[in-house]
Amino acid sequence: MLKKNATEIRKGIIKAVHAAGSGHPGGSLSAADILTTLYFYKMKVDPKNPKWEERDRFVLSKGHAAPVLYATLAEKGFFPKEELLKLRHMGAMLQGHPDMKRVPGVEMSTGSLGQGFSCSIGMTLSSKLDGKDTRVYALLGDGEVQEGLVWEAAMAASHYKLGQLTAILDYNGMQIDGLNDEVMTINPIKDKWESFGWHVLEIDGHNFEEIIKALDEAEEIKDQPTMIIAKTIKGKGVSFMENQVGWHGSAPKDEEAEKALKELGGAN
Amino acid sequence: MSQKIATREAYGKALAALGKVNENVVVLDADLSKSTKTAMFQKEFPNRFFNMGIAEQNLMGTAAGFSTCGKIPFASTFAMFATGRAFEIIRNSVCYSKLNVKVCATHAGITVGEDGASHQALEDLAVMRAIPNMVVLNPADAVSAEKAVFAMAEYDGPAYARFGRAAVPVIYDEDMTFEIGKGIEVKEGKDATIIATGILVAEALEARELLSNEGIEARVIDMHTIKPIDIEIIVKAANETGAIVTAEEHNVIGGLGSAVAEVLVENKPVPMKRIGTQDTFGESGKPKELMEKYELTAKDIVKAVKSVIKMK
Ligand SMILES: Cc1ncc(C[n+]2csc(CCOP(=O)(O)OP(=O)(O)O)c2C)c(N)n1
Repeated sequence: MLKKNATEIRKGIIKAVHAAGSGHPGGSLSAADILTTLYFYKMKVDPKNPKWEERDRFVLSKGHAAPVLYATLAEKGFFPKEELLKLRHMGAMLQGHPDMKRVPGVEMSTGSLGQGFSCSIGMTLSSKLDGKDTRVYALLGDGEVQEGLVWEAAMAASHYKLGQLTAILDYNGMQIDGLNDEVMTINPIKDKWESFGWHVLEIDGHNFEEIIKALDEAEEIKDQPTMIIAKTIKGKGVSFMENQVGWHGSAPKDEEAEKALKELGGAN
Repeated sequence: MSQKIATREAYGKALAALGKVNENVVVLDADLSKSTKTAMFQKEFPNRFFNMGIAEQNLMGTAAGFSTCGKIPFASTFAMFATGRAFEIIRNSVCYSKLNVKVCATHAGITVGEDGASHQALEDLAVMRAIPNMVVLNPADAVSAEKAVFAMAEYDGPAYARFGRAAVPVIYDEDMTFEIGKGIEVKEGKDATIIATGILVAEALEARELLSNEGIEARVIDMHTIKPIDIEIIVKAANETGAIVTAEEHNVIGGLGSAVAEVLVENKPVPMKRIGTQDTFGESGKPKELMEKYELTAKDIVKAVKSVIKMK
C-alpha cells in the first residue's frame, strides 16, 4: 500500500518538474518513501481541514525538495493533482519553494537552508506549552546540516527536552557541488547529534518497515528529540537519476520524463 | 546589443584571469560553485579555491581571516544568502575593520525566476549600502562585470558586487573603462535622464530608443557603483535635463532610487520617479514574465520618463 503511494508520489515529482522545466528531482525522489510513510502511516492530518488544530506538523526544511512535498500533499488530497503541472509557473499555487500562504498543508515557507528546522522548534515548544500531544516532523538534507543554524536549533531542542520533535535526515550523501565528503564532511554525523542530546536512530530510508519502526520508536521517547538518520539514494526510483549529482537541480527533457515515468510503471 | 551573456559567467571568467596575474587571490564558495561560476577559478587554481559547504556565515568569517593575512578573498554564493544569512558577519568582521574582502553575489534580483521569492534578492543593494566602509557595485553587462572584478582586486577594502543569473545584452566594447564610484553617461540627452543600474541599463537604452521615436531625448547613465554614488554626474544630469528616472532590479526602497533621491534632495531637487519592485516580494515565473508583471521593462521606463517631464 505505502509502496503504491510512494510510486504515485514519484510520478508526481517527475511530472511536476518536467512541466516546470526546472526544479529539484534528485533530493525529492530520495525523500519520497519518508514522506509517504509520514503522511500515509504516521501523521494526524486532515486534508479537508488543513488548519485542524490537533494536527501533526511537517516542515520540509530542505525546501528545494518542494516537488516531493507537493506530490505528497496532492496524493493525500490537500489539492487536485492538476496543480502539480503548474509548478513554478507564473501565478501558480505551487511556487519553486514551499509557500505556506498559498498551499494548503504547507506548514512553513522554506527554501533557505536551515531555517525550516529552526521554525520546527517553535512549533514543538508551542504544542508543549499548550499541553497538546501534537507531534512535529522536520526533514533535513545532509548538506543542509552544514548550516550553523541547524546546530543552534539542535541545541535548543534537547535543552527544552522536545520529545514531540522528530527530525529525519535525508542522508543521500550528495549536495550540489559533489559528495558531502568532498565538499564539507558532516561525519561522524551520529556522534554529533548524540552529543547534542538527541536520541539517534540509523535506518534505510527506502525500507518502509524500518521507517515505520523508527517513527514509532521516536514517539516513545518522551524527554528527548529524536533524529532518524535515513540512508537514502539521491534520485531513487529513476535509474538514470540515481546517485547522480547532476540531477540535483535539473529538469528531465521530454524523452527523459517519459523514460522515468515508464520505469515507475506507466504515465497515469 | 545582439550578444547575450550572464554577468555571473563574466565573473567566473574574470576570476580565472585574475588568478593568473594576482597570486594573492583566493576564492571561496558555499556549495554553489557551478552556479556562481567560481568553478572556473577552481579548475585553474584548485589549491586557492575553498568550498566551505552550505555555511554562509563561516564563508564570510573565513574570508575575513584570509584578508588579515594578505590574501584577497572573493567569497561567493547567491545574493540572498550572501547578504541575508551572513549580513552581520559582513558588517562586523569585514566592514568594521575595513578588511579587504570581496563579496561577490550571483543570482540577484527577480530574474532568478522560477525559484521564487525565497531566492530573489531584492534588498541586497540596500543592506550592503547601509554598512559603513562597504563599496557596492552592480555591473550592467559581461564586459563591465569583468572589469569590475579587476577594479575590486585593485581596490583595498570591502566591496560587494552583484551579478545575475540570466543572459543579458552586452552593451560595452572591450575598451570601456570601469572606475569605482564613477557613473557612465552611455547616451546623451537633454529632456530627461534615466539613471539605471545592472540589467536595467539595457532596458533603459531600449526605452531611450522608444522615446526618441516620439521626439523625446533621454540621457542614459549606467550607475554601476551604488556606493560611493557619483554625486557629480547626478547633479549635472539634474541641472541639464531637469528630470530623473531611476531603474533597478531591486526594491525601490534602499537601492539606487534611494541613493539618487538622497543626492537630489540635498543638491538639486528635480522631478523624479523610481522604477523597481514596489516594496513587494516576487514569485515564481519566467524572468521575462516577472519583469513585465513587476514593471521593470523599457515600456515602464518610457512611461515614467514621460511623467517626470510633465512634472518639470
Ligand atoms: C542558505 C542556503 N544556502 C544555499 C542554498 C542553495 N542550495 C539549495 S539546495 C543545496 C544543496 C542541498 O543539499 P542537501 O541538503 O544534501 O539536499 P539534497 O541532496 O537532499 O537535495 C544548496 C546549496 C540554499 N537554498 N539555502
